[in-house]
Amino acid sequence: MSTPVLKVSDLTVEFWVDGVWYPAAVDISFEVDAGQTVAIVGESGSGKSTVAMAIMSLLASNARVTGSVKVKDQEVLGAPTQLLQKYRGKEVAYIFQEPMTALNPVYTIGFQIIETLRNHFDMGPSEARTRAIELITMVEIPDPERSVDKYPHQLSGGQRQRAMIAQALACDPALLVADEPTTALDVTVQAEILDLMRGLRTRLNSGILLITHDMGVVADMADEIMVMQNGHTVEYGTADQIFNRPTHPYTQQLLASVPKLGSTTMRLLDPSESAKQPVLKLTNVTIEYPKHGRIPAFVAVEDFSLEIFPGEIVGLVGESGSGKTTVGRASIGLIPIKAGQLEVVGKDISRASHKELRHIRRNTGIVFQDPASSLNPRLPIGESIGEPLYLAKIAKDKELDKMVEDLLAKVELPRSYRNRYPHELSGGQRQRVGIARALALTPDILIADEPTSALDVSVQARFLELLQELQEQLKFACLFISHDLGVVDILSHRIAVMQNGKLVEVGSRDEILKHPKDPYTQRLLGAVPVPDPALQKVRREARLAAQH
Amino acid sequence: MSIFSRKKSVSTDADSTDIFNKETEGLSQGQIVLKRFIRHRGAMISLIVLFSLIAFVFSTLGFKIFGIGYGGWWKYKITDIPTLRTNGCSIELPGCPTLDLLPGKNFGLGDHPFGQDDLGRDYFSLVMRGAERSIEVMVVIGLVAGIVGIIIGSIAGFYRGWIDAILMRFNDFVITIPAIVLGAVIGFHFGNKGVLFLAFFLGLITWGGLSRLVRGEFLTLREREFVDAARVAGASNRRIIFKHILPNAIGVIIVNITLVMSGAILLEAALSYLGFGVVAPDVSLGLLISQYQDSFTTRPWLFWYPGLLIIIIALCVNFIGDGLRDAFDPRQRRRISRKDRAAERQPAVKK
Repeated sequence: MSTPVLKVSDLTVEFWVDGVWYPAAVDISFEVDAGQTVAIVGESGSGKSTVAMAIMSLLASNARVTGSVKVKDQEVLGAPTQLLQKYRGKEVAYIFQEPMTALNPVYTIGFQIIETLRNHFDMGPSEARTRAIELITMVEIPDPERSVDKYPHQLSGGQRQRAMIAQALACDPALLVADEPTTALDVTVQAEILDLMRGLRTRLNSGILLITHDMGVVADMADEIMVMQNGHTVEYGTADQIFNRPTHPYTQQLLASVPKLGSTTMRLLDPSESAKQPVLKLTNVTIEYPKHGRIPAFVAVEDFSLEIFPGEIVGLVGESGSGKTTVGRASIGLIPIKAGQLEVVGKDISRASHKELRHIRRNTGIVFQDPASSLNPRLPIGESIGEPLYLAKIAKDKELDKMVEDLLAKVELPRSYRNRYPHELSGGQRQRVGIARALALTPDILIADEPTSALDVSVQARFLELLQELQEQLKFACLFISHDLGVVDILSHRIAVMQNGKLVEVGSRDEILKHPKDPYTQRLLGAVPVPDPALQKVRREARLAAQH
Repeated sequence: MSIFSRKKSVSTDADSTDIFNKETEGLSQGQIVLKRFIRHRGAMISLIVLFSLIAFVFSTLGFKIFGIGYGGWWKYKITDIPTLRTNGCSIELPGCPTLDLLPGKNFGLGDHPFGQDDLGRDYFSLVMRGAERSIEVMVVIGLVAGIVGIIIGSIAGFYRGWIDAILMRFNDFVITIPAIVLGAVIGFHFGNKGVLFLAFFLGLITWGGLSRLVRGEFLTLREREFVDAARVAGASNRRIIFKHILPNAIGVIIVNITLVMSGAILLEAALSYLGFGVVAPDVSLGLLISQYQDSFTTRPWLFWYPGLLIIIIALCVNFIGDGLRDAFDPRQRRRISRKDRAAERQPAVKK
C-alpha cells in the first residue's frame, strides 16, 4: 500500500492562556489516503479547526504543538519556514469558510490564482494565465475567459467559493483541507460545490480533509469520520460505522440532534383558530429598498401574500437573497412597504405613523438571527430584557425586576444572570435572552429571523424544544424564518417557500415536504443533504439524474 | 456549567463574594459602570490625586466665586516682589528653592519652596496660579469640545442624509479654522474677559476631530441589530442614541477627549507665549515653561515645577479616562477573574 498523503499521529495542541497551558486538541491520530475523504466533525470549540491549522502550521504564536504531522512522509511540525512555504499551496491547499474574506478584494481572482502558480512553479505570465483559465473552467465558473478578470465582489457566493477552490487546486495538491467549505452557502449552491469537490477528488486523486459541523455534508462526502469533542477524539471510523452503528454516546446525541426531514409527527392547528381573524395578514405586499445615490432601487419582495392565524407557526423558507428577512422586518414595521396591505393584529400598519407603530409593536416581538449582534454589548441582559416593559410603561423598579426574573425563569436561565453582559453567555444562552426579550410584552405574534443559524446542532435542538414549549404555553403565532428545511419541519404548521422576492408555494407541512408542486421547492428539498450516507447517495443520484 | 464553577472559584476572593450575592438585585447599566469604575485602582488613585491637587492649588492663593471668597493660605501673592534670597544659594544662582523633603534642620516648605524668578517673585505662588489657569482651561475646553463634538457627531451619524451632509460640511469648515489664529483674535479683542472666556471659544473650535470619530462609530453601530431590537422595544431616537449607541462608542470618545485636553494645555501655552492667552501678571503652566525654557541649565527649578505639575495633571486625566473606558467596556475583565477562569479550565480539561 502506498504511503498516506497525510499521517497525523499523537498530535497535541495547547495554547498558553494567562499562565496556563490550555489544551485545544489532545492525542489526535488519523490518516488520509490519496483519493479519500476524511471528515472531522464536532461542535464549535471542539478543536477541529485547531487540528487543521496545526497541519498547515498556521497556529498563533501562543500555541505549543507536539506529536507528528507527516505529509507524504515529510515531517511538517517544526519544519523551517522556507520548507513550509514550499509545501503550503503546493502539497497541501486550504479552502476557507468565508470566501469573501479569504479572497483579497482588491485583486482579480485571476491575479490571485496566477500569484499562487508563479510562486510555486517557474512559469511566465501568459502561461500562468492560460493555466488559470483552465482551472476556472475546471471549477465550472461560467465564461472563464472573462471571469478570470473579475474581482471577488463581482461573483456570487458560490462562484467565489469555486474561485477559492480553483486557487487551492492550482498546484495539484496532494491534500485539500476544507474548513467548513459550504457553511456560508445556500443548500442548492452547497450541493453544487460538494458535487464539484467529489468530482475533483476522483479526477485528481487527492486526499480531502473536510472539517464541518454539518452531518448532512459529512454523509454526502466522507469515507471516514472522526468525531471530536472538547479536543478529544470521541469516535473514529468509516462513514457507515459512525452513521449506522455509533458507539459513543456523544456521537449518538449528535446524530439525534440533527433535524431530519419528515421525522417528526405533523402538527395540526386547531381548526377553530383558523376561523379567527389572522394576526398577521400580508396582501400583495411589495417592498423596495429605495435608490441610494447611484445604486438603483431594488425590489426585495414582490406581490407577497400570507396570513398567519393565532397560535400558528408558519415557516418561511428560502435561500439567501430571497427576501424572507425583509418580509419579517416589514411585518413589525422596521421597513416601510411600497405597495399592498400589511395588517398586524387587525390594524393596518402599511401607512402607520410613529405613534401607531409603537402601539403595534407592543403586540409583536422579534428574535434576531445573530444574538451576538442583537443584544447591546454594553447593556446587562436584565436591562435588555426589561427594556420593552419599561418603555411600554408596564412596570418599573421592583415590579420590573420581578418580571425580568420571571422571564429569565421562563427561558430557563438562572436569575443571577441578569447583571451579566451578553459576551459572558454562550450562543444558546444569548439566543434565549433574545427570546425572553421578544416575549416580554406577551406578543400575539413573534417573528423569529433565523434564530438558530448561529447555534450548534445540539444547542439548536434544545432551543427549538424550548421555543415549542413556550409556544404551547403562551399560544402566540409565529413567523419562523429559516434557510434550514429541517428546522422548519420540526416547528411549523404551515410552510411558505420564497424565491427571488416572490412566494413560490405555501401549504401544510406535508404538502410542501412530501408532495412539493413547484419545481423550485422540489430542487430545494433535493439539495438538502440527509445525515445518512446510503440514503444521501440515492438522493444525490436522483438529483443529478434530474439535472441531465 | 462553567459559569457556576467560576462563581465558586471567584467566591474565594473576599470582595468578589458580595458582588455575586448582590447580583440578583438587578443593576442598571449606570450602577454597574459606577461599580466597575470604583474598582479600577489606577483611576481611583488618579481621581483622588487630581482632586487633592485641585483643592491644594485653588486654596493656595484663594478664590472668589459669586462674591464668596477665600483669601488663601500662602503668604505671597503673584504680584508681590520680595527681595531675592541669596543666603543658602550659590552666588550665581540667587532665589533657589527652599523646599526640603529630607529630614534635617531645613525640613519643610521654607520661605520660597519653589524658589524665586529673576525679579524675585515667589515661584510657588506663580506655579499655583499657573496650575489654576491650566486646569480651568483644560476642563473648559474638554467639556465644551466634548459636548459639542459628541452631540454633532452622534446626530450626524445617526440620522445620516441631509442632516449629516450639513453638519459635516460645517465640521469641515470648523476644522479648517486654525485654532491659533482664532485664539489670537479672541485673545486680542476680549483679553480682558479672562482666560475662561478664551477657553470656551477654543472649545467651540476644537471638537472637529471628535465629532468625525463619533459619527464614524455611529454609522457602524446604527446598523447593528441591537438598534433594531431597541426600536422594536419601543425606544425613541433619543433613547437609542444616548442609551444604546453612545455607551458603545465611549472608548473612542474618551481617548479623544483626553487627547483634546492635553492638547488644550499646549494650545493655551502657545497662545500665551504669543501674548494672546493668559495676560501678565496672570500666568499659566505652559507660559511659565515657555518663558523659562532657557533657564533649564542654570536655574532648572523654574522649569521643573511647572513641568512636574503638567505631567501630574495629564497623567491623572489619562488614567481617569482609562478607568472610565474600562468601566464602560464589559469585555475588560479584572485580572483576577481571568486567572480564575484559566485555572478553572485546567482541571476541567485534564479529566
